[in-house]
Amino acid sequence: DGDVHRHLYLQGVLTSLAEVAERPKVSEFSCHISGCCQVFDTVEDYEHHYNTLHRNVCSFCKRSFPSGHLLDIHILEWHDSLFQIMAGKQNMYKCLVEACAEKFKSSKDRKDHLVTVHLYPADFRFDRPKKVKSGPKHVSSPSKQGASMPMDVSVETLEQFQVDPMEIGPSENMEIPQPAASPGPSVPEKQLYKSRIPSTICFGQGATRGFKGPRKK
Amino acid sequence: VLELLRAVQRGSEDRKRSLSRLRWALQNKETQQKFVRLDGSIRTLIGIFTSSLADMQMEAARCLHELSHSSDPAVAEACLPVTSYLLTYLSGHSVEFMELCLYTLGNLVVESEAVRKQLLPQGIIPVLASCIQSPHEAVLEGLGYVLSQLLQAKEAPTEIIPLVLDSVLPQHMLRLVCSGLKAGIGAAVEFAWCLHYIVCSHTANAALLSLGALPALTSLLLDLASEIPQDAPEGLELLVCPVLRCLSNLLAEETGCEVQIQDERLLIALFLILQCFLQQHPFIVQECLWLLNNLTADEPFFCSALLSLDLLPALLQLLPCSQMASVLVLTVLCNIAEKGPAYCQQLHRQPALPLLLPTLALPDPEVVGQCLELLHLLFLHWPEAAADFVTQGGHRALEQHQSTPELQERARALLDMVRQPLGASAFSPCHTTLSAFS
Repeated sequence: DGDVHRHLYLQGVLTSLAEVAERPKVSEFSCHISGCCQVFDTVEDYEHHYNTLHRNVCSFCKRSFPSGHLLDIHILEWHDSLFQIMAGKQNMYKCLVEACAEKFKSSKDRKDHLVTVHLYPADFRFDRPKKVKSGPKHVSSPSKQGASMPMDVSVETLEQFQVDPMEIGPSENMEIPQPAASPGPSVPEKQLYKSRIPSTICFGQGATRGFKGPRKK
Repeated sequence: VLELLRAVQRGSEDRKRSLSRLRWALQNKETQQKFVRLDGSIRTLIGIFTSSLADMQMEAARCLHELSHSSDPAVAEACLPVTSYLLTYLSGHSVEFMELCLYTLGNLVVESEAVRKQLLPQGIIPVLASCIQSPHEAVLEGLGYVLSQLLQAKEAPTEIIPLVLDSVLPQHMLRLVCSGLKAGIGAAVEFAWCLHYIVCSHTANAALLSLGALPALTSLLLDLASEIPQDAPEGLELLVCPVLRCLSNLLAEETGCEVQIQDERLLIALFLILQCFLQQHPFIVQECLWLLNNLTADEPFFCSALLSLDLLPALLQLLPCSQMASVLVLTVLCNIAEKGPAYCQQLHRQPALPLLLPTLALPDPEVVGQCLELLHLLFLHWPEAAADFVTQGGHRALEQHQSTPELQERARALLDMVRQPLGASAFSPCHTTLSAFS
């Protein structure tokens, strides 16, 4: 009987969770982070926005990450000048699973480990290898990028999940819903559902941009 | 369904609305099944779920959450690619988002062994172990839910519980259960059930005992009992039930542990709880009685306490509650009677017989059988009771059972006992009598 009672209770909990709670609305306020003009009318929306975009942000390249662990790994592998040197001598590539202490000599070895031991998907989004070389064809300016960000996400692009880190990966297409962002300053519009995310923010992938790339105006 | 998917994939201005519409549609079972069969559907959802568009990410999470409600294992398996991301986001901070991830995981865990088999190597237990240190009640409750589902899996004793015991989870669970009355009862309820499932596996009790589970849970029961008269929070019975079970089962553990509860206030607490829940939630009665049985079975401490605290009348009052309650009350009385003449004397003086006699007339052989066991002990240790029994016409009730298969042997043995003249070999072992009784 106790178990029946417990089961009924859980049913109640689960169905009530599915109904998205009516959050108390407050008067509109905007995100305090400079450069971010997102506006909110509930605290929960703001909290999630902040955690997604501003919390685990790389101070070098401004990319944001879902966790501190992934951010730390990113900084080590992408921005630590000693990393490549040390990686030649010892296993430096840490496993992405926080509880796992394994380290590997290459990004590929790490991915193999993630897939075979931890059963991670081979196209795990937060494990994109850094591009070491950048040839001329891979370099572009922010303005060029802005102009070429298509708005529509075609079905095909979405399906290309397994893609080499290129300037304009399908993921970036998805992340920037705005029409081609003009690089010039514009009056920040109050749009509740669109986010004017600066184009340099993405989830740990994409090639070098910003101050590392040559500027072409 | 296809249209909804296309609308979401198109990425137009209305994308968020398309996602919302998809979410509503996914409340329907068939839609859930159709959706996962569409090519690229889960991949699309994952794409948005892992993007940095916060509000769409949340909406995608809600879609996944809807999908997780499906009772079709094929749907759960279609969600396999999502699990690594669900776990990744549990290292995050948004309460609402984490809540969704947790409940989605919990639901998937229930439906599919394939999901569980994948989640363990993906590190779900360490992730949950860090989450349990979150201060957010909603996160803790969701976490408790996932754990409770994991712990009920058929492979839990061999695959899951060892991992849990190796982590910091058990001590935090205990802490959260015990602080439930002040901090948050929702999470306490979940973790209490988690502890119960762990205890039931019979693989973990030494570990739990060494964490101080017995005194901690006893203390909690005492607090619970003292809170009830004033302002019983809704759902308290959901916390009381697993705590009672944990205590009962831990006490039944044959570890030869020196750790004993010797606090007679526990008895008072038990009876207070009994009184409180008798009307609304009668199932609590048998849970309490189980604990009482385990408390009184071996050591005489609680038997003495029961008598000296004058709780016998309250116990006897429970006889007519239900079949299960009757059997348990009688078993507890047997535990007391078995302790010797002094105890039997007190039982008899209660007086117990006027209540036991009508019990003999009940139609349930299990109840009557337990009553016969009790009478046997009573007469053995306190022959005066046998004499009074006859005076009150009890032997006639015994005669009724001479033809009942499960009862006849014992009934006849008892009749022989009461027909023996008082004093003459009342204490000499009567082999036929003794062998008829356990």
